[in-house]
Amino acid sequence: MEMNATLLLVCGGLVGCGVYLLLERSLTRVLAGLVLIGNGINVGFLAAGGPAGSSAFYGSADPEDMADPLPQALVLTAIVITLGTVAFLLAMAHRSWQLHGADDVQDDVEDAAIRRLAVDDETSVGHSATTQGQEEDDPEEDDR
Amino acid sequence: MTSALVPLPVVLPLLGSGAALMMSRWPRAQRMVSVVVLAAVVVVAALLLVAADREGPQVVWLGGWRELGIALVADRLAALMLLVSSIVTLAVLVYSIGQGVTDNDREAPVSIYHPTFLTLVAGVSNAFLAGDLFNLFVSFEILLFASYVLLTLGGTAARVRAGTIYVIVNVVSSALFLIAIATAYASLGTLNLAQIGERVPGLDATTALVVQLLLLTTFSIKAAVFPLSLWLPDSYPTAPAPVTAVFAGLLTKVGVYAIIRTQTLLFPDRPLTDLLLWAALATMLVGILGAIAQSDIKRLLSFTLVSHIGYMVFGIGLATQAGMSGAVFYVAHHITVQTALFLVVGLIENLGGSSALLRLGGLASLYPLIGVLFFVPAMNLAGIPPLSGFIGKVGLLQAGIADGSPLAWLLVAGGTVTSLLTLYAVAKAWALAFWRTPREAHEMALQLGGEREGDEEHETPQVSARGHVHLGSTVFAAGDVQEATRAADTDVSDDSEDDLFQLLEREGRRPRPPWAMILPTAGLVGVSLAITVFAGPLYALTDRAASDLLLRTPYLEAVQEAGR
Repeated sequence: MEMNATLLLVCGGLVGCGVYLLLERSLTRVLAGLVLIGNGINVGFLAAGGPAGSSAFYGSADPEDMADPLPQALVLTAIVITLGTVAFLLAMAHRSWQLHGADDVQDDVEDAAIRRLAVDDETSVGHSATTQGQEEDDPEEDDR
Repeated sequence: MTSALVPLPVVLPLLGSGAALMMSRWPRAQRMVSVVVLAAVVVVAALLLVAADREGPQVVWLGGWRELGIALVADRLAALMLLVSSIVTLAVLVYSIGQGVTDNDREAPVSIYHPTFLTLVAGVSNAFLAGDLFNLFVSFEILLFASYVLLTLGGTAARVRAGTIYVIVNVVSSALFLIAIATAYASLGTLNLAQIGERVPGLDATTALVVQLLLLTTFSIKAAVFPLSLWLPDSYPTAPAPVTAVFAGLLTKVGVYAIIRTQTLLFPDRPLTDLLLWAALATMLVGILGAIAQSDIKRLLSFTLVSHIGYMVFGIGLATQAGMSGAVFYVAHHITVQTALFLVVGLIENLGGSSALLRLGGLASLYPLIGVLFFVPAMNLAGIPPLSGFIGKVGLLQAGIADGSPLAWLLVAGGTVTSLLTLYAVAKAWALAFWRTPREAHEMALQLGGEREGDEEHETPQVSARGHVHLGSTVFAAGDVQEATRAADTDVSDDSEDDLFQLLEREGRRPRPPWAMILPTAGLVGVSLAITVFAGPLYALTDRAASDLLLRTPYLEAVQEAGR
């Protein structure tokens, strides 16, 4: 099948940027990352649908020349779903900001508790050595 | 003829959801609509199961677009899952009505709960019936959206935190799913599962493997297969009890179902046995070791949930009829048992005021019925004979032994160890929350509270809120509890059996067990016992379902025939 390299490059670039943003702490940036990934995949769908052609209305053109309408329908559905997700995540970011004054993705409560236990564990030499090292590496961790 | 029933499990809850939303001002009418709709779905699912078992898969091409449109297929596996899930959702709905989640809990607004719950059911049913990869994606989105709303109900800080992680993980997995769909469409030119199944053998092996692994990763995230399971124990426990129950029972199983469906129907030649068996082993062991470390029943059960997904993946990985049949039986067993356990935890929270093991005690003597309701499914989960958990595990272990490879033997050993460790984990919960006397619990809590006071800095609010055993419930005014606990504190040195609970009881205000919550829980425990009693016929059914899955021809032919 003949492939459009531009579409594939755009798709890869968008998804790559999206993944980068996804790794951030701030929920708003994560959200932007998810939007980029979603759009990248939608472009990928267009590439998957084969070469461009005339619009797929019955009788408007020779069926051989028409673009494949199915991926377009799928993309439309995906766009609607992404829109809903974005709206929901924005509301969550706003709520998080209301509650904490920040929209950071929070640490898991139990993970934090276990980490504290490890820090507190003075009987174990190995533990304290490693956890102290970590604290020096990442002084922000305790502030949260 | 019965094929006309196939869309109903999706359409009825969706219509019901709309109706319930319109009736948001009349809670009673809303409840009635939801119960009637879900009861109707149970009936439809039972009819579909009978029809699918007698006449083969029931297929509908929606809108009459044969071969081009969207197919809904109810074969034995789908219909069985549909029946189990609809029974469970009905029980959970009645339970949540009984709990009054919905009226007096400020954290759970009434008008939203019922419509969202029905939408969740529609999504789950659609996922079981979908005969099309994109329709499967859409049904995942329907159930996920409903689950986002249910998980963050009320928008408290804990739920927003847990919900954030849950939403992001699921959106990423949906993105992976879309990539898989795009790849499949670009390489095969169709998204209908039956048609993909027919065309995959003609596809070049690398592309097929890419599609397969993408799908497997997507569904493994949803099913919480290690190492993609880490989101689950973090996000489930914060939700209201009935919501956690239905999530734990159903949502992961939808992922397991999707793995079974795609692995058997689309890629029968490449079962990826080694990969799946290693994943199963890691899921079982890591999950159960996590469960042992927990001190909160909800988190403990969330970890056992992850752990027992490993059993199902074990059966799927073997890709033999015995393995597949065991996996399907285990899914049916596990949905009911896990949901029942979470419902009991909801009862414990309601009566004991907490789900933290260290703060509970003496529930067995105070509420023997709840003790029984916890004990039976807990033993069932651990696989004590003659309960259905034992039957399912024996089936899977036999399948592993029949396979005979060293890896399968390793899995057999791992499965046995996991079963024993599950017994240990639930026995710990039983001993702490139910078996010890309230007095022991009280003293232990005081002791822990004393130890904790030393390090103010690291105290978590839950523990620092004084180490008292919560035997009261929300029925008591805060003042009463404080007064009683003060009295209990002064009595600690006394040898009489006085404790918080007895002080409260003497004043004649013992929290009454809420029957509207107990009855659905008991009903679900009854269903799990029925699975035990009728394990013979059920196992015969899952055997037939498994042979259908491995043969593939019944499914493929039924879809083709209906398409003509």
